[in-house]
Amino acid sequence: MSLAMHVPILAIAVPLLGAFALPLMAKVHHRLRDLWALVVGAFTVAMIVTLAVQVFTVGVQVYTLGADTPDATLGPQGFPIRITLVADAMGAFMALISALLGGAALIYALGFLEESKGKTLSMSLFLLLWAGMLGLKLTGDMFNFFVFLELTSVAACGLIGYRAWESRPPEAAFKTLVMFILGGLMVLLAVAILYGEYGALNMAFLSAQIGGSLLDRVALGLLLGGLLMKAGAVPMHMWAPDAYGEADANTAIVLVANTQAGLYALFRVVFTLYGGAATPEVGYLVTTLGALTVLVAVLMAVVQTNLGRLVAYGAISQIGYMLLAAGVGLVTLGVGPEFGRVALQGGVFHMFNDAACIGLLFLCVGAVRRAAGSGDLRSLGGLAHTEKWTSGFFLLGALALAGIPPLNGFASKLMIYQSVFQLSPILTALAVLASILLLAVFVRAFQGAFLGPRQSMSGAPLSPAMLAGMAVLAVVVIAFGLVPDLVVRHLVAPAAEALWTGRDVYLAAVLGG
Amino acid sequence: MSVVVRTVTRLLLPAVVMFGAYVVMHGHLTPGGGFQGGAVIASAVALVVVAFGARRIRRHKETLSVLEDVGALAFVVLAFLGIGGTFFYNSLAGTGGLFGQEVAMGANPGALNTGGMLPLMNWAVGLKVLAGLGSIVLLMGLLGGDDDR
Repeated sequence: MSLAMHVPILAIAVPLLGAFALPLMAKVHHRLRDLWALVVGAFTVAMIVTLAVQVFTVGVQVYTLGADTPDATLGPQGFPIRITLVADAMGAFMALISALLGGAALIYALGFLEESKGKTLSMSLFLLLWAGMLGLKLTGDMFNFFVFLELTSVAACGLIGYRAWESRPPEAAFKTLVMFILGGLMVLLAVAILYGEYGALNMAFLSAQIGGSLLDRVALGLLLGGLLMKAGAVPMHMWAPDAYGEADANTAIVLVANTQAGLYALFRVVFTLYGGAATPEVGYLVTTLGALTVLVAVLMAVVQTNLGRLVAYGAISQIGYMLLAAGVGLVTLGVGPEFGRVALQGGVFHMFNDAACIGLLFLCVGAVRRAAGSGDLRSLGGLAHTEKWTSGFFLLGALALAGIPPLNGFASKLMIYQSVFQLSPILTALAVLASILLLAVFVRAFQGAFLGPRQSMSGAPLSPAMLAGMAVLAVVVIAFGLVPDLVVRHLVAPAAEALWTGRDVYLAAVLGG
Repeated sequence: MSVVVRTVTRLLLPAVVMFGAYVVMHGHLTPGGGFQGGAVIASAVALVVVAFGARRIRRHKETLSVLEDVGALAFVVLAFLGIGGTFFYNSLAGTGGLFGQEVAMGANPGALNTGGMLPLMNWAVGLKVLAGLGSIVLLMGLLGGDDDR
C-alpha cells in the first residue's frame, strides 16, 4: 500500500488537519505554530505537485473514500454509492493554481501578519480555506461539492472579517457572506433537484443520465446562478471589491484562488456534468456575462481612488476574460471548430496567469499599505524612493495584467482575442478596449503611488518573508511569459482538453468501461 | 433569573447532558448522532447562560475552544486511521474488538458494540459541536449586555 495512491485525499486532508491542529500549536509557542504551518503548506504543495504529475503523465486519478481499495468506485450493484474524488487534467491544473497562490500567501503571511492581531486565527482559517478549495477542485460527488463550496464560503468570510476591531472588514464580510450563502443555497437546491430526479449524487453517474429535461435545466440555472455569485461575475460582483479591498494582502490572493475555484466549479458543471446536454444558449449567456464583466469592472476601476479597490476591480475584470473564453468554447462545444478549442485553452491559461499577476499586485498593495500606512491614492506618492522591490513587482504585475509582451498576460490574452474574434469581432474589440483601459488605470495607479517626490513614511519596512512571497509569483509571471508555448503544450492543452473532449474519459474513469 | 428558573435548571441540567450523550452514543443505531447530540448538550450551556448569566461560566470559554479543536482533530485523525485501505475506511468494523461486533441480521434492537469507527467519529463530532455551539451561545451571552443577575 503505497502513499502515492492516497495523494488526492492527502492534498485535502493534510491542510484540514493542519488547520485544526494549528490553534493548539499556537498555545504551546508561536514559533511552533509557524513551523507547523510551513510543514503543512510544504506537504500540501508536494502532494498537489505529485498529483499533477500523476494526472499529466498517467491519466485521470480516482479515489474512493471508505472503500476497500481507492479504485473501487462502484458498489456491489455496479452503482457508485461512495464519495469519489476525481482528479482529471483540469482539476489538477486548478490544484496547481491553488498550490501557487496558497504557498505564496503562506510565506507572505508569516512576515506580514502581526502577532497581536489575530495571526493564529488568520492562518488557521487560511488552511481551512485551502483545504476547501482543493476539495472543490478534486471532488466527484455533487453533495461533497456543495459541502466544500460552503467550507470555502465560511472560511473566506471569516478571513475577510476577523479584524472585528475595525469597522469595515466585518461589513465586507457580511456582504460577502450574504452572497455566498445565497449562492450556496441555490447550489443546494440544484443538488436536491438532481438527486430527486436521478437518485444519485455522483457527478459522473449524473452526467451520464442528464438529458436536458425541464428539471435538468432548472437545476442548471440554479447552479449557474450560485456559482457565478461565487465567481464574482457582473452583475453579482458587488461583494468582491469590498472583500478584496478590505482583506489582508495574503487573504486577498487566496480569495482570488477561491474565486477561480468557483469559476472552475462552473466549468465543471457546464462542460462535464451537462456536457451531454450542452446547448449554445448557455454558451451565449456565459459569453455575454463575460463581456459585461470585463467592461463594467474596468470602467469601475477607472474611478477608484483606493489602491486595494482598484486592483480588486482589475481582478474582477480578469474573471470576465475567462468567462468570455469559456463561453466561446461552450457555444462551439457540440460543433467543435478549432477556435473553440483555442478559446478554451486561452481561458484556462489565463486563469493561471491571472492568479500569478493579480496575486503579485495584491501582495504589493499589502506592502504599500504597510509601508505608507494607507492605500489611498490621493495621499500616496514617491514610494519608489524607498520601496524599490515593491515598485518593481507592482510594475511587473500591472504590465502582465494589461497584456504587455513578453509577460504572461500577453500570451493568454492573445489566444483569447484570436479565438473570440472568430465568433464575434465586437467581443474582441471590447476585450482589447478593456485591456487598454486597464493599462491606463494601472499606469495612473503606479504613477500615483510610486512616482513623485519622496514623502515621509509612517509604516514598517518590507520583511524578507513578504519579499519571498512576492518573488515566487514574479518568477511565474516572467517564466510563463518567456516560454508560453511549453506551458500551453504541457499544462494548459491537456487541462482544456479535459473540458473540451475529456468528458468521456472522466465518465469512464469513474463508471468503468 | 428567578429562583424558580435556577432551581429547575439545576434539576434539568444532568438530564439534558445525559440525553445528549445518549443521542451521541447511539448515533449508529438510532436517529441522531454526533451533531444532534452535541447540539442537545450545547443547549445545556444555553440553559446555564440564561439562568445564571454568561459571566459565571466565562472562564470556560478557553476550555470550549480547545475542546472544539480536539474534536475536529480527532475526527480527521480517525479518518486517517483507515488509510491502510482508504481514507475513512472503517478498519474497526467486524474485527471483534472495540465496536467490532458483527451486526446481527434481521430485525433486532441493535447492539451498542457495533459500527466500528462510526461511534468514535460520532463522539468526535459530538465534542466538536457541543464545544462550537457552546462557545457561540456563551459569546452571545457575553456580548449581549448580560446585566441582570
